[in-house]
Amino acid sequence: MKTSLKVALAACALAVLGSATVWLLNVRDEVDVSAAPAAHVQDDTLVARGAYLARAGNCMACHTTRGGQQYAGGLGVATPFGTVYSSNLTPDKSTGIGSWSSAHFWRAMHNGRSKSGRLLYPAFPYTNYTQVTRDDSDAIYAFLRSLPAVSQANQPHALRTPYQSQAALAVWRALYFSPGVFEPDANRTAEWNRGAYLVQGLGHCSACHSPRDALGGISKSSGLAGGLIPVQNWYAPSLTSPHEAGMADWDREQIVKLLKNGVSAEASVSGPMAEVVLGSTQYLSQGDLGAMAQYLKELPPTGNPRQATSVVAMPALPALAATSSSPARAAKLYEQHCAQCHGDKGQGVANAYPRLAGNRAVTMPATENLVQIVLGGGYAPATAGNPRPFGMPPFVLVMDDSEVAAVITHIRSSWGNQAGGITALQVQRVRSSQVR
Amino acid sequence: MFFIYITYPKAELHRVVKGAARRAGQAFLQVALGPMTSHRPAAIFALRQHESDADFQARSLPTASAWVRHDPGMSKLVSFTRQLALPGLLAGASWLAAGSALAAAPFEDTIAQRTMACTACHGPQGRAAPDGYYPRLAGKPVGYLYNQLLNFREGRRHYGLMTQLIDPLSDAYLLEIAHYFSSLDVPYPAPVANTSPPALLQRGQRLVMQGDATRNLPACLQCHGQAMTGVAPNVPGLLGLPRDYLNAQLGAWKAGQRRAHAPDCMGAVVSRLSLEDINAVASWVAAQPVPTNSHPAQTRPLLAPGAVAIECGNAPPAKALPVAAKAAP
Repeated sequence: MKTSLKVALAACALAVLGSATVWLLNVRDEVDVSAAPAAHVQDDTLVARGAYLARAGNCMACHTTRGGQQYAGGLGVATPFGTVYSSNLTPDKSTGIGSWSSAHFWRAMHNGRSKSGRLLYPAFPYTNYTQVTRDDSDAIYAFLRSLPAVSQANQPHALRTPYQSQAALAVWRALYFSPGVFEPDANRTAEWNRGAYLVQGLGHCSACHSPRDALGGISKSSGLAGGLIPVQNWYAPSLTSPHEAGMADWDREQIVKLLKNGVSAEASVSGPMAEVVLGSTQYLSQGDLGAMAQYLKELPPTGNPRQATSVVAMPALPALAATSSSPARAAKLYEQHCAQCHGDKGQGVANAYPRLAGNRAVTMPATENLVQIVLGGGYAPATAGNPRPFGMPPFVLVMDDSEVAAVITHIRSSWGNQAGGITALQVQRVRSSQVR
Repeated sequence: MFFIYITYPKAELHRVVKGAARRAGQAFLQVALGPMTSHRPAAIFALRQHESDADFQARSLPTASAWVRHDPGMSKLVSFTRQLALPGLLAGASWLAAGSALAAAPFEDTIAQRTMACTACHGPQGRAAPDGYYPRLAGKPVGYLYNQLLNFREGRRHYGLMTQLIDPLSDAYLLEIAHYFSSLDVPYPAPVANTSPPALLQRGQRLVMQGDATRNLPACLQCHGQAMTGVAPNVPGLLGLPRDYLNAQLGAWKAGQRRAHAPDCMGAVVSRLSLEDINAVASWVAAQPVPTNSHPAQTRPLLAPGAVAIECGNAPPAKALPVAAKAAP
C-alpha cells in the first residue's frame, strides 16, 4: 500500500512538473499585449516596406485560396496530421485582424499565439518567423492593415486526435520551438547576416529544405539537409550537399538568377519551388537576393545525401508484380518521348530544356521529383527574367508505372550518370498521391 | 469506367463514382469517369494494368464514405454520362495506344515550341484529340481561350493536369498563348455520323435556334452567333465539338463544376436546362458541319423580337483585348 502510494505521488509530482515545464517553455519571451492599440495611422513608406517583406515571407501563398480574395485565408494546408486552414489576414474587424494591435501581430509572429492567446499550428511557420525583428513585423502589420477588408470567416482546422488539442500543441512547442529574434554573427559580414536573416526567418527555407521527424519537427542540427515535403511528395533537395542542390561551387550570380528568374545556366525550379519563385523571390531586390546567395554559398557543405528510406512517410503498399524492363525498351521509350527536347545524349537545349546528363536533379538519391515531373509535366515560372518559359507535357496518361520507372532509370544511368534505378512501385506511390 | 465496370458489381461502382463526385468536387466529366483520377478514362486503364483488384479496392473504397446521402439528380447525371462516355473512352484508349510521341522536329525558338506541353494532349496545332475530351483550341476566339486559362488557374474550371501546368504562368503569357492558338486556321474534321432519334434532334434544334421563352431560355444563337461559330473576342463557337465534350461541359455547368467570371451567364442558362435538353442540344449541335467560314463573327447577332439581352462577365484584360499585344513569333 505504501509503495503504491509512493508511486502514485511520484507520478503526480512528475505530471505536475512536466506540465509546469511545458507551460514554462510555452511562455518564454512572452509579449505584453495589454496596451490599448494606438489609433491606426497609415504610413505609406511603412506599408510599402511591409508589402515587400510580405513577399519575402510569401504570406499570400498560404493565406489566399485559388481564385480567392488576396490574404483572406481559407486555403487548406494538408499535413500528415490533418488539414490546417489559413486565416484571414485582411483588416476585417470580426473575421480578419482588424481588431488586432501591432503587439498582437508581433506575438503571432514571435510566439505563435493568436490574439486570444491560443497556440497557433506551426503550419504557420512561426518557428522561422520568430527570428523576424519587431520593426519588420510592424511593417508587415501596417501593410496588412492597408489591404481592403474582406469578411470571410476562418475555417476550423480538420486535425486528427490528439493533434487538434492545445495540450498536444503545447508539448510539441516545448520540444521544437523556442522564440528568439535573429542574432547577427559579429564575425560575419553584414551581407552574410542579412542573407541568414532572410533565409532563416521570412524565407522559411527550412520549412521544406530540412528533414522532419515523425512529429513534424525539425531538429536544429539538421540544417538545410533536404526533406521530403509531407503529403505533396516533392523532395526539397539539400542546400548543403554537393550531390543535391548545394551551392558552394556556384557562381553567386547564378544563385541570384535562379531565385529571381526561376532559371539559371545550370538549373531551373519546378514544383513547390516554382511557387516560391513565382510568389516570393522574384520580387526581392538584387541586394537581398545577393545576400541570400552569399549565405547559401557559405553553408558548410555536407557529404551525406539523404538515405532513400530515411524520411519517406508513406503508407505501405502491397508489392506490385515486378515488371521486366530491358535497357533497350527504356532507350526506346526515351527516344520516343524525351529525346526531341532533352536530346539524344541528354544534352538538353540551352535556355529551354534542361540537360539531363550530369544534372544533380536527375542523379540525386531522392527520385520523387523526377516522377512528379514526368507524370505531371510543367512550366518554369513566368518571371520578368524568363517571361515565356518552355514547358514539358504531362506523361501520366501516356506511360504506365513500369514505363516511367524504365525511362527514369535510363536517364539516371546514361551519358555518364551513375545513379540507381527506380521501381514501378516508387512511381505508383507518387502517382497515387498526386493532386487530382 | 468500362474497365471498372467489368470488374465491379454495379452497386459498388455506383457508390465509388458517387463518393468521388461528392468528395473531390471534380468536373462533371471526371465525376462520370471514375473515383481515383481526374484523368482520361485511359488512365484508369493504365492503372488497372498494374494493380491487383484488392489494391484498387483498398485505395478506392475509403474515398467513398459519404455515399449514403442519396441524390437522385446526381445519380441520373452520372449514369447518363456513363452511357455517353464509352465511345469516347474507346477512342481515347486507341489515341493513347498510338502514343503521344511528338513528331521529331528540330528545336525552334517559337511559341509553337513553347506550347508543346499543350499540344501533346490537345493535338498538333491544337486541333483536338480524337477522343473528344481534349477540345480543339485552334481558331477559337482569343478572349474565350484566355478566359478559360484564367478559369483553370483560378479554380472556376477543374482539371488537375491543366491547372498544374499553367499555374506558374503569368497573365501576359497566357494571353500570348491564347493569341497563338486563336490565330491558327486549320481545317475541321467532318462531323461524326449521327444516330440520334429524329425527335431528339428536333428538340435540340429548336432549343438552339429559338430557345424556349416559356422557361426564359434564350436561343444559343443569341450569343454564339447566327452561324454558331462564336463571336469575337469572348464567345466560343459551338460547332466542330464532339457530342461527348458538349455533354460533359454542359453537365459540368449544371453540376456547378464549371463556372465563368461573374455574372456567369452560361451557368444561369444551363441551370434551366434538363438533362434531356442538354443531350438534345449536344446531339444536334455535334451533327452540324462547320461552315466554310469557320471564323467567329465580329459582332453579336441582333436580338430577336422579344428576346432579352444577357450580361456576361469576362476577365477585364480580355475585355481590353483589341489593344493587347499580339502573339510574338
